[in-house]
Amino acid sequence: MTAPSTDIAVIGWASTPMVRHTDKSETQLLLEAITGALTPLGLDRGDIDFTCLGSCDYITGQAFSFVSNLDAIGAWPPKRDSHVEMDGAWALYEAWLRLQEGDIDIAVVTGSGRSSTGDPALIYPMEMDPYFLAPLGADPLTFAALQARAVIAAGLADERSMAEVAVRSRGTGDVDSLLAEDYLRQPLRRHDVPPITDGATAMVLATGDRARQLVERPAYITGFDHRTECHNPSFRALDDSPSTRIAAEAAGLADAPVEVAELQAAFTHEELLLRSVLGLGDDVVVNASGGALRENPIMATGLCRIGHAADHIFGGGQRALAHSTSGPCLQQNLVCILEGRP
Amino acid sequence: MSAPPVAVVGVGQTHHKSRRLDVSFGGLVREAVFRALDDAQMTLDDIDAVVLGKAPDLFEGVMKPELYLSDALGAVGKPMFRVHTAGSVGGTTAIVAASHVQAGKHRTVLAVAFEKQSEGNAQFALGSGKGASLGAGGAFAPFIRAYIQRSGAPEHIGWKVAVKDRLNALKNPYAHLKIEDISIEKVKASPMMWEPTRFLESCPSSDGACAVVLTDEAGGLAAAAAGRPPAWVLASSSRSEPPSFPGRDPVRPAAALQCAADVYTAAGITDPRRQIDMAELYVPFSWLEPIWLEAFGLADEGEGWKLVDDGTTELGGALPINASGGVLSSNPIGASGLLRFAEAANQVRGAAGEHQVDGAKVALGMAYGANNQYFSTWAVGSSLHPFD
Repeated sequence: MTAPSTDIAVIGWASTPMVRHTDKSETQLLLEAITGALTPLGLDRGDIDFTCLGSCDYITGQAFSFVSNLDAIGAWPPKRDSHVEMDGAWALYEAWLRLQEGDIDIAVVTGSGRSSTGDPALIYPMEMDPYFLAPLGADPLTFAALQARAVIAAGLADERSMAEVAVRSRGTGDVDSLLAEDYLRQPLRRHDVPPITDGATAMVLATGDRARQLVERPAYITGFDHRTECHNPSFRALDDSPSTRIAAEAAGLADAPVEVAELQAAFTHEELLLRSVLGLGDDVVVNASGGALRENPIMATGLCRIGHAADHIFGGGQRALAHSTSGPCLQQNLVCILEGRP
Repeated sequence: MSAPPVAVVGVGQTHHKSRRLDVSFGGLVREAVFRALDDAQMTLDDIDAVVLGKAPDLFEGVMKPELYLSDALGAVGKPMFRVHTAGSVGGTTAIVAASHVQAGKHRTVLAVAFEKQSEGNAQFALGSGKGASLGAGGAFAPFIRAYIQRSGAPEHIGWKVAVKDRLNALKNPYAHLKIEDISIEKVKASPMMWEPTRFLESCPSSDGACAVVLTDEAGGLAAAAAGRPPAWVLASSSRSEPPSFPGRDPVRPAAALQCAADVYTAAGITDPRRQIDMAELYVPFSWLEPIWLEAFGLADEGEGWKLVDDGTTELGGALPINASGGVLSSNPIGASGLLRFAEAANQVRGAAGEHQVDGAKVALGMAYGANNQYFSTWAVGSSLHPFD
């Protein structure tokens, strides 16, 4: 299969404040994020040809929760529109495909979630195989700890290097005092796990000519791929991430060096595993944004990674990698390569 | 620039029933997937990406089931994409899968949609996880009453649609409801559910799945050369509009009109009533048939009920609607939209069996969701240029 030939670029993005809890509804959050992304570009909702929203009913706590978000995109007159029950990074993937059909120029994609309103330990078991795994009631921390043990056993991480990831990502604390804390689930301590965050992110995409009219330096999407794996973590090699490797290869990561990588690593060991699988050297700046360890707005966390990678291009960078994930122990992984042009 | 052609080369569905206790979620989707692959003379190895659609996860209590179903769908090592656009989701699933091919990113894509209503409580979920839900029937009844009031349609129109679709279902081996002695009298005598909708004018709750194999122009031509005619996607569109506000007309939704206009313009359809040979419209309650006939330009405004009354929409009429028996006969919610798209494809492939519309060359598949807000439609043809 030949790679798609149409230029598609990220031209702007915006987020709400990322907070531990907000009383605003998801629709209000999206209203703010979409306006925030469009306004600096001199665009309004009437200019949007296609929208794709990413959110999750179980995070929001009601069926059809995305329907009211149509108010935030201003779908009047009616919009070409879609919704994915996935992180906004996959909404971006759908819009990227859709723009390549060539009949439209501008798309807005979003990711949104208010995970503060639920208990992850109760919600996440429901994404497991309903017959064999969900009944165990194992929470995300438990699965992450199993993978952390495998990653440590493979020599890709140790508790100290994990604490170093936490300190670097959050910009606070010192490794020795973090390592003196008790375990939450051995080998994970509080600093190894993500915060609970409410927030929404919106991103604007445009096809080549339109992108160049609107911004000086579009962040061109030059590679985009995602892959899934077997669901049951006990049938997987947890010290590896083959789906990330395939996605990176299909996205052309090896074609040229990247300066920065934004990885959706909600747990410290995940960053170390992903670095290894992606072959990122010490010269690659990883998660300068603080990553999911600093802000983890579920269903927007992956889209934020792409936004931060785009910021690197907007600021004059050449090539950046963004990664998103879904499912227990990094079951499904997405890789997006962004590039700037002289 | 126009997007490259996409062909439907395989279609499969389950036997839809109230309770498919004989299969797991995985077993249910595989039943449809392997029928579609057999139809396409392919195996899972030929599939480059999988797109899964279903209605709210709260229907079954399995969150993001594409994770658990990656093994059953043979998606390990491949892209697995999950769509959810309310009741229109099955249709949108097909459109997103087609987009995967049109973008040139993937050659052959499997679109799958399912619902296993028996493992959960859809009415509970429709009420957003609260009891005492109006359900879909209660939500749509005011729109139906408004249509009747505006059009002056006589009350037997709803009964006629219900009888027609149940008679068609008798010719469809996969249909859920098989009511051999269906009649106007029987529909009329069934309990009133949501005025004016009676029990037999309402869709069932079904367990079921549907799968469609889409591929590029070369794949479509190869299937045709091997004596397995594909259905060519002539055009598609998904449009949405916001929840209620005073200027919105849920009986003749702007999103439906725009969705139809998108498809007709792109497919070169100028006279839908004559150029379209049959349509599979999403009709979960009988009166939605005349409502959608009008919104999709298959009848003039206020005239849709007359096509029901004079038999135009019957199998054997000039414009058969829901020859498969439609949503009124099988309703695995998430799959119901994909079934409409798949049945339309089978008609132009000449593969609809006993409910085949003679000589169907162009067919419409349509699905809608939420409170008449989400619309997905595709037009398929027996050739890429059926009007030349």
